[in-house]
Amino acid sequence: MGELKTGSRLKSAVCDGEVMVVLAPTGDIEVTCGGAPMAPSGTETERAEIDPDHAVAIVIGKRYISEDEALELLCVKGGEGSLAVAGQLLLQKDTKKLPKTD
Amino acid sequence: MNVMMLLEMAQATFPDRRAFTDGSSGQSFTYQELFEAARMRAASVQASSATRLVKLDVSNLGTPLSLFTSAWAGVPFVPLNYRLTNDEIESLLTRVTPAYLVTQEDRIATLGAVADVSAITSGQFLDDSEHTTAIDGEWSMDPDDIAVLLFTSGTTGIPKAAVLRHKHLVSYILSSVEFAGADEEEAALVCVPPYHIAGIAAILSSVYSGRHVVQLPNFTADEWIRLAREHQITSAFVVPTMLARIIDALDNSDSAGMPHLKSLSYGGGKMPLSVIERAMVLFPEADFSNAYGLTETSSTIAVLGPEEHRTAKASTDDALRRRLVSVGCALPGVEIEIRDDGGNMLAPGERGEIYVRGEQVSGEYEGRGSVVDKEGWFPTRDAGSMDEDGYLFLEGRADDVIVRGGENLSPGEIEDLLLTHPTVADAAVVGIPDEQWGEGIAAAIVAKEGASIDVEELQAFVREHMRSSRVPQLIKEWDELPYNETGKLLRRVVKADLSG
Repeated sequence: MGELKTGSRLKSAVCDGEVMVVLAPTGDIEVTCGGAPMAPSGTETERAEIDPDHAVAIVIGKRYISEDEALELLCVKGGEGSLAVAGQLLLQKDTKKLPKTD
Repeated sequence: MNVMMLLEMAQATFPDRRAFTDGSSGQSFTYQELFEAARMRAASVQASSATRLVKLDVSNLGTPLSLFTSAWAGVPFVPLNYRLTNDEIESLLTRVTPAYLVTQEDRIATLGAVADVSAITSGQFLDDSEHTTAIDGEWSMDPDDIAVLLFTSGTTGIPKAAVLRHKHLVSYILSSVEFAGADEEEAALVCVPPYHIAGIAAILSSVYSGRHVVQLPNFTADEWIRLAREHQITSAFVVPTMLARIIDALDNSDSAGMPHLKSLSYGGGKMPLSVIERAMVLFPEADFSNAYGLTETSSTIAVLGPEEHRTAKASTDDALRRRLVSVGCALPGVEIEIRDDGGNMLAPGERGEIYVRGEQVSGEYEGRGSVVDKEGWFPTRDAGSMDEDGYLFLEGRADDVIVRGGENLSPGEIEDLLLTHPTVADAAVVGIPDEQWGEGIAAAIVAKEGASIDVEELQAFVREHMRSSRVPQLIKEWDELPYNETGKLLRRVVKADLSG
């Protein structure tokens, strides 16, 4: 548990999933993947079992937000676990399709 | 947050897809090759102790490679304008030392002798045998690290180095590009210079969407047409002067003969209505988008999309039809306001300065700090107005406003009117010193082929449609107007000449 820093990366303990923090609320927050707490990328963690209620895969390139939109994560590596905060699953954010301009 | 992450995601998802092809040499990189090449060059840059990676060359495979190498090595990427004089280049180079310089062979001797510059040719930079060590570890994820330093075009004085941090560029990409959104057969033809923000944006958005980029180093209309056909190009970005030349080169054709081209976007300067209308006929399969952005805003902040082009073109309502020359509405995550000189927000239709706010907005210059205010608003120094539905119209630079007898006049408004006259092909309106009024109005006019300019007739034409204060007191005929290579009118050149 700790404060999340914009731009930092977290990895899953249950799968290969990795996310980058796009937007974070101030204060301590614990993000889970597959039901197990995520850890900063690059740190050693023990593999955990996936919670079957948190097993909807995350997809590379998709963005996930909390219901109040204070937290936004970008999936940079796909995995089998779902993202959640305090047991509440994050939602996949729709990207508006824009005309190509460059 | 780091632009390297965008490439990492692309190479993990489609490693063997073609990423970049140099249109002149035919050399290509896949995403994985680009990623691995950056890993090796980043070690070379680190070993050199340089704090900047400077690229001074036309577009080639070394352009995207040097951008990602810089990001991995943790030093800003500084692409320089190879069209500047040697003295100008040297003076910019000394502002960004210690530098790892990648440049053309014939420049090595002089620029390599500049203090704190370690120079390498573009060929050596691309040669794998010159870079045999891999960088140790990952790139920094600090969003405040500087990704790119871009010298602004300097149409109005000494170039300033705009600071773009990783957070600005990554925010722009995340909010405007869908990851892996491109099909494998999609290919973009990129002809904007590598030292221009549109060149940087093209690299990043193509990588993130997985779109193959074909580079056209030195734009000519014939070469553009050749590459577009040969590589079955599906999307391209051009500045207005380029589109005008492409249309000229295609003239007498009923169609451009590029059925693959599905998307043609433009920006960087004012698009004449006649050019865009002709283009829509020649490229019937293409979606047209008009993009407006600045270096300081990490490229595009407003877009006029394809549907809006068609609606405007088909409309008989003047207000809707006029939108064809607008730059559209703000992108998601970007706010735009029009304000007066006192910083007060203006009503729809009123002309003032364009202010912009959003995660992608930097508004910072090296050595000068940020010009963004406490609420995050960046004054663009562009003049414009917005209609009731949020469509933005550009009216030139705020500094170009002519103050005649205390009245603020927009050159763009007068130019637009002059361009509707049957004898006028191009027009530039500037303020010139005037004893009575402070500033007077002067116009440089390019006549349409076969037409001739009648000064009194043009003055009468302006008087008929506008207040008499808008009538140019001096009108001169020019063979052509001076533009820079990205299609910006060099107004100060016109002004200097007409003031003399």
